[in-house]
Amino acid sequence: MDLENQKRVKEFAEQYGKDDVVVLIGAAEGEAAGLAAETVTLGDPTYAGPLAGVSLGLSVYHICEPGIKAEIDETVYDEQISMMEMVLDVDDIIAEMTAVRDQL
Amino acid sequence: MSGYAVLKGTAYTLAAAQDMVLYNGTTQTTERIVNPGSEYLTALPKHLRSFEEIVSYIPNQVYIGNASPDVLEGLALPWHDKRLPNSDELGTKGKFGEIISQDMFIGLMAISDAFDLVKLERSFAEQVREKLAKHELIGEEKSAPIAKNQESIEIITELVEKEHAEAIYFNGALVGAVKRAHDVDINLSAHVMLENLATKASSVFSLLCLLRSTGIDPGDVDYVIDCCEEACGDMNQRGGGNFAKAAAEIAGLHNATGSDVRGFCAAPAHAILSAASLVKAGTFKNVVVTAGGCTAKLGMNGRDHVKKGLPILEDVISGFSVLISENDGVSPVIRNDITGRHTVGTGSSPQAVISSLVTNALESKGLKITDIDKYSPEMQNPDITKPAGAGDVPESNYKMIAALAVKKGEIERTEIADFVKKHGMQGWAPTQGHIPSGVPYLGFAKDDIMAGKINKAMIIGKGSLFLGRMTNLFDGVSFVLEANSGETEGAKASDFDEKKVKGLIANAMKQLADSIMKE
Repeated sequence: MDLENQKRVKEFAEQYGKDDVVVLIGAAEGEAAGLAAETVTLGDPTYAGPLAGVSLGLSVYHICEPGIKAEIDETVYDEQISMMEMVLDVDDIIAEMTAVRDQL
Repeated sequence: MSGYAVLKGTAYTLAAAQDMVLYNGTTQTTERIVNPGSEYLTALPKHLRSFEEIVSYIPNQVYIGNASPDVLEGLALPWHDKRLPNSDELGTKGKFGEIISQDMFIGLMAISDAFDLVKLERSFAEQVREKLAKHELIGEEKSAPIAKNQESIEIITELVEKEHAEAIYFNGALVGAVKRAHDVDINLSAHVMLENLATKASSVFSLLCLLRSTGIDPGDVDYVIDCCEEACGDMNQRGGGNFAKAAAEIAGLHNATGSDVRGFCAAPAHAILSAASLVKAGTFKNVVVTAGGCTAKLGMNGRDHVKKGLPILEDVISGFSVLISENDGVSPVIRNDITGRHTVGTGSSPQAVISSLVTNALESKGLKITDIDKYSPEMQNPDITKPAGAGDVPESNYKMIAALAVKKGEIERTEIADFVKKHGMQGWAPTQGHIPSGVPYLGFAKDDIMAGKINKAMIIGKGSLFLGRMTNLFDGVSFVLEANSGETEGAKASDFDEKKVKGLIANAMKQLADSIMKE
């Protein structure tokens, strides 16, 4: 995850508390989604950014996960996300995201 | 009648920059600050490729036009360990451009230096001068200024250690330095000057290759637009600019002026639209769009490549130049009336972005997504991006365009893979931001259109403006390149036009020759 984004997520978590922050990921690949999810939960696996060694343990989901999709207005989802949903390997993304959450 | 500007020719160049990966790539310079003794920095030198390996790397051969993008179709990744069957015959020169070694590139930086900032150790300078003097595009006269470099290695060392100069290495040894251009101004620091001189030198080399590949007289170029991602200026005008005119001067385009167009990775598409509009409006006859590459992105994904036991694949500084001219009745036309725009109100979801760039443009002229034979979006080489977890960028773009065609009812969902194969290509361009952005295909598109293999291609430039922290917006523009109808402005189809007839005959002869060659 981009170092600046790591810093911003860290600041939000400190400002609002970890229970009131949900991170929504839009990465196009399972591996990239998993890495981003790992960064905001267990810490930066590349040890390069502000979240290196910092386990925020935030709630984290991908926009294409069924639980999130159900929360969004159907028309908006169709306009904004449905094209990508057709393109992405959603099962792989769900598996990666679940694997990270299972480690918490 | 058609007053569209045409694509007259292209040039694509690469300069090997293995030592610059270590000392100038931001992934490495950042690591040296954050984690100086890291395993990555220790292992890195063993992962650098030789010049020969860089030259025979298949995507690089495609970039300079020695092989068609078709050679990458069905070629299993990884590509770094594969060679073309005729690899031994393919050299550093291709129909579009050339690959030069790092020492020659350092010499080009010295030639491109107008302020006596590049200092080279005397024996290295002489070796490089001799090599460049023998190069057909540089020669004795252009390489002569390198001879003024008479510095000893002690002087160079002192410049680096005491005078804040930026070191230049070749094969692991200190061979020169770029001095700072001001004692206090950070915009003229040695770091910035090296970065800007590298960009300028690679643009100069591409311009020289464009003169060779198009045969245009240097004095006939009226205007140059630079579209790289660097900024030059001092503390009072940080992005004051004009890389374009600076490079045009060294390339000998004595009748040209120019300016810089910026827009992150989308800049080349913006620049080509500007150039085509200037020509169509009759303001200028011959406009060149050019860009050098950047040192900062060298080894950008190096950490992942080293971790996976791969060579450092981001080891070249790229450049390209494109000549856009008045309609000659033969060359492909730039349809600047079929353009897509990501507007302020478009939104940032991929669906909104692709719709604004592809369908909005086509629907305005009653065209369908499937009417475009080939799309050229972000043509990053997947051999570089996939091991770094960034996926196959062109493929993702093609899938998105295909998914949009499904939503529009033009194809079935089951046809997405076929659409990607038919209307797409494998990526071959180095990951230098603006370099892979739509433009790498222009050279092949011109040839494919003139050979009658395709009729229409869409070039898509996309840019991440949020990186500059001025806006969270995304950006992009697109345009269509199309076969020339043979009609030029002011001539009706029924009128006899000698130039047009000659053009048509030339085109027919070329197609006949191509078909005979294929047989």
